[in-house]
Amino acid sequence: MRRIVIAIASTITGLVLLFSWPTSLNRGAALAAQPAAGGTGSGTSSGSTGSTGTSSGTSGGSGASSGTGKGSTSAQSGSSAKDGTYTGGTAQTRYGPVTVQITVKGGAISDAQATNYPNGSRTDQRINAYAIPVLNQEVVQAGNANIQMVSGATFTSYGYLQSLQSALDKAGL
Amino acid sequence: MSTATQEHRGTDEPHDQAAPGRDRGVTPAPGLPHRAWVEQIMGMPISVHVRGPRARDEVVAAAVADLFDELRAVDARFSPYREDSELRHLQRGEVDLADASDEMREVERLCRTAWARTDGWFDAWHSRPDGLFDPTGLTKTWGVARAARHLDRLPGLGYAIGAGGDVLLTPPPDGEPWLIGIEDPRDRSRVLATVPVSEGAVATSGTAARGAHILDPRTGAPTTQLLAASVVGPSLLWADVFATAAIARGASAVDWVSTLHGTSGLLVLADGSVHRWANAV
Repeated sequence: MRRIVIAIASTITGLVLLFSWPTSLNRGAALAAQPAAGGTGSGTSSGSTGSTGTSSGTSGGSGASSGTGKGSTSAQSGSSAKDGTYTGGTAQTRYGPVTVQITVKGGAISDAQATNYPNGSRTDQRINAYAIPVLNQEVVQAGNANIQMVSGATFTSYGYLQSLQSALDKAGL
Repeated sequence: MSTATQEHRGTDEPHDQAAPGRDRGVTPAPGLPHRAWVEQIMGMPISVHVRGPRARDEVVAAAVADLFDELRAVDARFSPYREDSELRHLQRGEVDLADASDEMREVERLCRTAWARTDGWFDAWHSRPDGLFDPTGLTKTWGVARAARHLDRLPGLGYAIGAGGDVLLTPPPDGEPWLIGIEDPRDRSRVLATVPVSEGAVATSGTAARGAHILDPRTGAPTTQLLAASVVGPSLLWADVFATAAIARGASAVDWVSTLHGTSGLLVLADGSVHRWANAV
């Protein structure tokens, strides 16, 4: 039984890659492979490249357009799994390792969360770029990040002279 | 009008770890040539950055000049300050909308759409005390998105256009997203968040630069419940409209932004708390 659940969890790892979107606030972790809103559409890399070799036949499904990846996949095995939390195997994706934890309640998966996201800022940025861009939470002093443009309340021509954007423009990059 | 032009040239050489820029925290992405221009148009700085193998070509510089020219034309038509602008003629009743230019009628249509899409919180007919129709909240980003087509014609070039705090982006050929900083409205030397965007827009409205200048269309009073609203989305014009509407709405924008599909962003409330969102399409 436990093996089945873990297999499901591993499969969901892939699904979460496809569908997950941190709709709840301040989740912060930015991972999703949904096509970009702007229609760039590329790079969605179907997620289930799992090294764990599950074959529950659920993955794919890239036709779905929305969804938060939470619990919508029914565990169709019929035999009821014990309530609890299970952690799936770690899937190697093109963006790095991803691990998913699922919660089983009443024999059905009630929640699925990625507990381990790819690290490395470059990679993170690339993932985000192909999905809906997610704002990170780090507060940085201007100039301490690799920022290329600043969005802020309308600069006046005078205010621009002191602005961050002015410095970035001058840096010529 | 003053159009002091500054031009900043990027370097052609790939930057290594010891590049001077790194010490200042302004680290260019390695590889692609990069070039930036700035002009003051419509009373605000317009920054254009381009990245691509041909960033230094004259054809790119010519396209950027065309972009600036078009923005000056938009300003001449839509300026609420120039007495000879078409907008002023319209406001004084010297010309009917039906006889106005295609551009004016398009902007007026967009204002009506924006009114509907924001439940009336973006209101070009009640955005100023005298009650005159004033689409200024929309013409800036409308003009920038329109003028950007001069750069769209150039293959293998990504660009970032910053127009007084609103940013429009297309991906450079290496696919490396632009990294956009969201200014902290309480301390404009700080960045509150960063967001990588390959293609799309980031718009911010708020009170940091010009004080409380966005009016609640229902009361006519300046709104002060939000310090800033930043919206990331596929369209510059709509990101800007939504950011402005969020400021007008005030604190209730916290709930409203959850209805803006395919956007992310943040709101800074008057007490300094920050609300973030990211909505699936």
